Amino acid sequence: MRKNLSRRGLLKGLTALTLLLTIPLKLMARATEAFESTRVDKIYATLFGNMEIEPSKDVTLKAPEIAENGAVVPISISTRITGVESISVVVDKNPTPLSATFQFGPTSPADISMRVKMGESSIIRALVKTKDKVYMASREVKVTIGGCGG
Amino acid sequence: MAAKPVKLRGKIKNGIAEIKALMPHPMETGTRRDSSGNLIQAHFIESVSCEHNGVVTLKADWGASVSKNPYFAFKVLNASSGDKVRVSWIDNKGESSDKEISLK
Repeated sequence: MRKNLSRRGLLKGLTALTLLLTIPLKLMARATEAFESTRVDKIYATLFGNMEIEPSKDVTLKAPEIAENGAVVPISISTRITGVESISVVVDKNPTPLSATFQFGPTSPADISMRVKMGESSIIRALVKTKDKVYMASREVKVTIGGCGG
Repeated sequence: MAAKPVKLRGKIKNGIAEIKALMPHPMETGTRRDSSGNLIQAHFIESVSCEHNGVVTLKADWGASVSKNPYFAFKVLNASSGDKVRVSWIDNKGESSDKEISLK
């Protein structure tokens, strides 16, 4: 028993130390579970817990209406909302819908552009997480040639 | 095969630097098959880190659904000529690459 207790103590100590070391960076670890999940609701639960998700005009998501090549769909996301903790990109109908998550430091505005793959026509969502709410913009993109699979 | 270097460009406009990065990488999802029908192993960039004068200013986690040879553009506030911007990535096989530039 004693041996177990001391091992537990050591583990606790190590955990505390790890937390202490990571806090100054203010960065969250990769949400591996969310990236591997095939269901959008599971992704939300992993990333946001039970936080409210609200559609917002203050989140700008630019994406083409029709993407001729699903392998390369250019998107841009920006927001006027302050206190942004992260932005996540979700493509509803992709086999693993979560495409990317971005965390911003003090000198980086929430304003990015990237390209995603889309297996088929789908809704793309940009989810902006703040301390107490998640704001969302979504767009439907029609894909003529899919970009996943062979 | 060694990872190819990141291509990085930056332009300052009114104190805001617009940075564009191009990262040559296959970004294999793990669901595609080769010509003989065998699954191609997943191989994609998992993590991207952007630094401004040595301080991490943006961190991205990616899945395999980011397009092949990822293009990524972001902005840096309070940027002035001579500032260093660095972009680095690590993929799911532990390979990595990076690039640092001085803003003009």
